[in-house]
Amino acid sequence: MEIKLTVNGTARSDEVEPRLLLVHYLREVCGLRAANVGCDTTSCGACTVLLDGESVKSCTVLAVQANGRSVTTAEGLVAEDGTMSAVQQAFRENHGLQCGFCTPGMVMAATSLLAENPDPTEQQVREGLEGNFCRCTGYHNIVRAVLAAAGKLSGAEASSEVGA
Amino acid sequence: MIPATFDYEVADSAEHALSLLAEHGEDAKLLAGGHSLLPMMKVRLAQPAVLVDIARVGELSGIRSDGGELVIGATTRHADVAGSDLVRAEVPLLAYAAAQVGDPQIRHRGTIGGSLAHADPSADLPMTLLALGGSVEITGPAGVRTVAADDFFAGPFETALSPDELLSAVRVPRGGDVPWGYQKFVRRANDWAIVAVAAYDGRVALANMGGTPLRALGVEEALRGGASAAEAAAHAADGTSPGYDFHADTEYRKHLARVLTKRALQGETG
Amino acid sequence: MSILGTRVLRTEDPGFLTTGAVYTEDVQDERLAGACYVHFVRSTVAHASILSIDTSAARDADGVVAVYTGKDLAEAGLAPVKPMMPNMNQKMVQPLLATDVVRFVGEPVAAVVTEEMYQGEDAIELVDVDYGILPAVATMHQAVSGERGLLFPDAETNVVVKFGDESETNPDLFEGCEVVVSEVIQNQRVAPAPMESRSGAAAWGADGRLTAWIPNQGAQGTKGALVGMLGLKPEDVRIITPDVGGAFGAKFGADSEHAVICWIARQLGRPVRWSETRNENLLVMPHGRAQEQKVTIGGMRDGTVLAYRLEVLQDCGAYPKAGAFLPMLTRLMTPGPYEIPHAEAFTTSVVTNTTPVGAYRGAGRPEAAAAIDRAMDLFADAAGVDPAEVRRKNLLPKFTEPHKTAFGAVYDSGDYVTALEKALAAAGYDELLAEQARRRAAGDTLQLGIGLSSYVEITGPGGEAGGPNENSTVEVHPDGTATILTGTSPHGQGHQTVWAMLASEELGIPIEKITVKWGDTDLVPRGGGTGGSRSLQLGGAAVQQASRELLDVARERAAASLEASPSDLIFDTEASAFTVKGDPDISVPLSSLAEAERLFVHTVFTSPGPTFPFGSHVAVVDVDTETGKVFLRRMVTVDDAGTVMNPLLAEGQRHGGIAQGAAQAFLEEVVYDDDGNPLTATFADYPFLSATEVPSFDLVGMETPTSYNPLGAKGIGEAGSIGSTPAVQNAVIDAVSHLGVRHIDMPTSPQRVWRAIQAANGSKEA
Repeated sequence: MEIKLTVNGTARSDEVEPRLLLVHYLREVCGLRAANVGCDTTSCGACTVLLDGESVKSCTVLAVQANGRSVTTAEGLVAEDGTMSAVQQAFRENHGLQCGFCTPGMVMAATSLLAENPDPTEQQVREGLEGNFCRCTGYHNIVRAVLAAAGKLSGAEASSEVGA
Repeated sequence: MIPATFDYEVADSAEHALSLLAEHGEDAKLLAGGHSLLPMMKVRLAQPAVLVDIARVGELSGIRSDGGELVIGATTRHADVAGSDLVRAEVPLLAYAAAQVGDPQIRHRGTIGGSLAHADPSADLPMTLLALGGSVEITGPAGVRTVAADDFFAGPFETALSPDELLSAVRVPRGGDVPWGYQKFVRRANDWAIVAVAAYDGRVALANMGGTPLRALGVEEALRGGASAAEAAAHAADGTSPGYDFHADTEYRKHLARVLTKRALQGETG
Repeated sequence: MSILGTRVLRTEDPGFLTTGAVYTEDVQDERLAGACYVHFVRSTVAHASILSIDTSAARDADGVVAVYTGKDLAEAGLAPVKPMMPNMNQKMVQPLLATDVVRFVGEPVAAVVTEEMYQGEDAIELVDVDYGILPAVATMHQAVSGERGLLFPDAETNVVVKFGDESETNPDLFEGCEVVVSEVIQNQRVAPAPMESRSGAAAWGADGRLTAWIPNQGAQGTKGALVGMLGLKPEDVRIITPDVGGAFGAKFGADSEHAVICWIARQLGRPVRWSETRNENLLVMPHGRAQEQKVTIGGMRDGTVLAYRLEVLQDCGAYPKAGAFLPMLTRLMTPGPYEIPHAEAFTTSVVTNTTPVGAYRGAGRPEAAAAIDRAMDLFADAAGVDPAEVRRKNLLPKFTEPHKTAFGAVYDSGDYVTALEKALAAAGYDELLAEQARRRAAGDTLQLGIGLSSYVEITGPGGEAGGPNENSTVEVHPDGTATILTGTSPHGQGHQTVWAMLASEELGIPIEKITVKWGDTDLVPRGGGTGGSRSLQLGGAAVQQASRELLDVARERAAASLEASPSDLIFDTEASAFTVKGDPDISVPLSSLAEAERLFVHTVFTSPGPTFPFGSHVAVVDVDTETGKVFLRRMVTVDDAGTVMNPLLAEGQRHGGIAQGAAQAFLEEVVYDDDGNPLTATFADYPFLSATEVPSFDLVGMETPTSYNPLGAKGIGEAGSIGSTPAVQNAVIDAVSHLGVRHIDMPTSPQRVWRAIQAANGSKEA
């Protein structure tokens, strides 16, 4: 079946089989491999992208379902001049990634979260990321990164050490 | 991880969807958000030969009021039900329940009609519809019929829908001031409920205490007899034969039903 | 201004955040052009003989290139893999693909090769395996009793290996003790579950060499494993390590699937790719922990511990892997940081019809810490002494000279009491006790629990003659950049940044101009990889040493070029140049000394021995006494791993370890039914920790350097996961101890907690 959609602002037209998962369309057809497959039960969120601006798990969306719509991936958050988005920047500054496998999905989920709730509490951030698993960071710095991107971390909170 | 092959049709109207269902019979399944169906297809527990996509059928989505009820189109997403000012004002229990389904990504795709038609006994919305005493509108070759929640859920993943029908809308009673409560017991935030309870206006529904969402009739009767929340809740597990798994055996499950019912009756959410 | 000890942002992150890191599944390489895809048919039963395998339907299916079974591999002369250590029962061999018998659900039975990825899952369904079901040895006790038979009839036992001689047990070990407590405790099986599952890609060149891309924790070890499994010549094998999405001990060496795909690539004369699903990962990637422990602890009513016995039953799963010998490390760390006059430990490792057990963050040491810290609390409870006071009384006093324990471990430096006091102070221990007392008096539904742990652990071990070591090459290029080759193998730890920091500190080259390489066996033929928290203290020390030795070489060249004596030269790090003492206008940039001849040094850093980081954790939980549900509210930790090179990264390691350790205590478990069928083989079923179950963590700083390397650094990677597990478990039990509960096994699921409360109530009423 032929699908026409916009991926990271670029119009595409491709012939796909109905069962092609959106995540594989993005990775194998579009060559956008930031989104990863981390599970098979729609649990882990490593495949999270934006569909018409809202976070979705691209492993549980068929490419054909994205026909006529727009998809944004982590690659697409980067400005033309190479500047990372505020969320990506905050992840870097707060060491919100280690092995990086969950990271693109986590960044997309966080981006969508902040678009819907620009002023979240820590609890709201944690609940907002309940669909994204990370094994490396213990979530601590991911949460900090999202709060930082929302402008909610003051200078005094820059270090997580309580004493020496 | 990958579904078996299937053919894919896009319906441009409810009528078109019905004709496709009629054409393909039991080989066809409806696809809206796909977040009940696709996970099953990916592990090949379901292998429909044809998917009929109804996600773009405008007439099947949307939220409106109709007298004493809200009418919610079947393909309305959980995020939209949860975020709707109208639903939050008029049926806050439903808005709350929709916000408990899965996680944000799932709520951006999953639909109320899809969830109800899928009829997972541990799901949030079937139980909630039962507590509300709502109903579903079913559109088929013979026209539209309405089935009360009490009569809709037939068994695990089994409803009153025939293969040639589609669930077109959900009706729930308006009542912004009606006391309600909701308890969903999980080990992790986006888990299916080990046990869940929804209470609304003297009706109490349980999830994952049987093959379908169940009314806790013993509790309701006690309440009518003037019992307190704690006293009534003691009857929550009456007449139930819940299954068991490594999270909860039957005795613990019944205990949870009683505790969660008490809390739901006290108007608590959690 | 030293860069060491500062919060340097990782240089690898911009790529990771934008285009994503390049994991094995992402690799695009001309050598893999036209690759076909491998999918495995796996056993659906725990123990059975294979009566027949019918591959005919699969062979005829769309896109199927070939189907292979164990028979094909045997005919090609590929031998089953023997257990890795000679003291393990050598009859317990594992064929690369099962031949006569399957011994766990998930064991690979056949390999199907297809043109396209999606065709693979269609084709494997068409392979028909006929199994003759055998009784499943589903538990360790069944393995010991023999009631379900033997996994390996030739071995004549289900016992793999033992450590410690039970016949030498001292029956009077607890003589003189006023209080003696004994308990059987479970250190349950968990799944490492890194976010990246296993995968691989293989291509044979016209030159007859194999190039394999495999996510791993040490390319050199992976190469050695493949060479052994396939009977290849080492010079014919090149391992390339793409970015690795987490490992936690489970990606060392190579698995049978990696060997099979390399073999298939040669058979077909085509490159081959493979990725497993998460379900396969949870079924087949080696599991962690899986010990049953009997602890007996005795001492005086004033809280002094006199004696401790630890008896361990280790579940190895179906084929002995690292899990079989980890009890040796458990045994080594039996007394932990405590001074216990009389202690003994005995371990027995057995096979069962379950997933093989391997190393998982901490690998044998969390088990020891969990046992002794649970025992300390049991003793405290029985003696009626505060658990903090019991620890204070029994912790080894501060030492700066190496301290050898009765079990042969030589702790390099330690200050355990200070760690405990810092953690207690930061947690506000007295305020917590007061709050707990208030809630108990009020009979609140939500009760507060405070749990402690004091731990010490062994990092950077190595069995090499001469001591644990690691190698590094540092090269400075004429254009002012530098390249570091390291034998470590990062998978999230940030070596790319920290090794650059270390070289930058010595050479004055900015970290942005330093490239760090690892994981390509043609480039770095030797290396110990990353695991056992060895990397900084050995690999980082090697980078520093190579950088310093490079300056020595450069100095000679500079002296020659300036016609000065080497001792008359100063290296100006800020300028990255040599100047003449007293004449700063005469200078030679370091990079210029690479123009005529390459400027590089290869060095090996050797440590006198492993180092012993330590710490104390305080866990604070709420327990809903009506439902048994546990809410982790606070983790306050001291994790002292010596001098910290990059606090940002060290904190990240602590966070990750704390979360994993806590998850074991109250959430995660791998469950099998009585027929050996796995019940937790998806992320929907396995209670993998998500962001809502843990709080932010309170980390307290403490640095007690080691003298074993110039950095003063010990290993931080696993420490967090060692202290957190017993602290959280102790906290949960503490929350309901006033109701009569003495012990709850991990994970302290709501059902387990509720049952413990009911049982205590019942015994109270009785």
